[in-house]
Amino acid sequence: MRPARAHPLWLAFVLHRTSGLALALFLPLHFWVLSLALTQPERLDAFLSFTEQPIVKLAEFGLVFLLAVHMFGGLRLMALEWLPWSAPQKTLAAGAVGIAVLISGTFFLQVV
Amino acid sequence: MLASIPVRLWEHAAGWEAGLTQDTTVLEVSVWRGTALDGAYELFEVPAHENQTILDVVSWIQQYADASLTYRFACRVGMCGSCAMMVNDQPRWTCRTHVKKVLKDRRVRIGPLRNLPVIKDLAVDMDRFFDKWVAAGGAHVPSAGRGDPIPAVDPEESARVKASAGIECINCSICYAACDTVAGNPDYLGPAALQRAWTLLNDAKHDARAQILDAVSGTGGCHNCHSMGSCTVFCPNDLDPMSAIAGLKRETARGFFRRRGG
Repeated sequence: MRPARAHPLWLAFVLHRTSGLALALFLPLHFWVLSLALTQPERLDAFLSFTEQPIVKLAEFGLVFLLAVHMFGGLRLMALEWLPWSAPQKTLAAGAVGIAVLISGTFFLQVV
Repeated sequence: MLASIPVRLWEHAAGWEAGLTQDTTVLEVSVWRGTALDGAYELFEVPAHENQTILDVVSWIQQYADASLTYRFACRVGMCGSCAMMVNDQPRWTCRTHVKKVLKDRRVRIGPLRNLPVIKDLAVDMDRFFDKWVAAGGAHVPSAGRGDPIPAVDPEESARVKASAGIECINCSICYAACDTVAGNPDYLGPAALQRAWTLLNDAKHDARAQILDAVSGTGGCHNCHSMGSCTVFCPNDLDPMSAIAGLKRETARGFFRRRGG
């Protein structure tokens, strides 16, 4: 028997766990590719030209998504467990951070 | 006020008669029969009524269809915490769960509470649940005797507000059944026991507060909690065990650093 788990807190838990696992699987691969710069530079160049493919760009979007989700999931968890605030206070704080990220992100994109 | 009483009685009688004579709607109720190791869901057809709780349905089956059905209840008004069961795979207090709220195509599935050993049918062995309650330091130790003056309790004081938040727990074990951490780790004390510990930790009238932090920071203690929040979502009394456990995590961490600092 499985109780219904489709509530936001449980989904946030699953998202945090799975994104963490996926990032942990990505990191060794990432370091291996970086190590090619020292061991096999021509193979690294071949790989870098492969990363120009649109499918790899899509995968990079997934990677940034995983990083963002894991970082904000971790901040959420720390706020939940370490700050004895009321629920509305936390919602306001999260909203403020969200808006700040949105505004500064837009500014950053314009600068770039 | 007086004039309204006969009208209400008449309405009630008419509704009752309609219920007896026009029983065209039937609920298809699957009920777990047997123990956790050996058993199956058995289908019962139960007459539908306008006002009916899941406990009413279970009682109807026991009284009119199969007298050997085993289940547990006492107060029928959401105070005693003994009638909790899995309804459509969600833990619920059956005496306060209206059939209409959970019915899917006239069907409903009723099983014994999750995470506890099934004795028979819908009755589970609650020993483990209450043993953990005691293991978390949940038994009250008075700080004053009968002869002592009664200490004043300020309901607005910060610690008292924290203690008061959890005192309406009826020990129904719904949070314990909802918790995936309990399912994965049988030694985990669980939300109800830890919330009780947090309540007593903040209660000025409890004399064994120092022992609580030791009791809840061991192998099966509060740090096992992954803050999935199912306890808080499913608590029928709208309590918040997840935040209580977060409080214990903060206090045990503070105690740890204090000990290292001192």
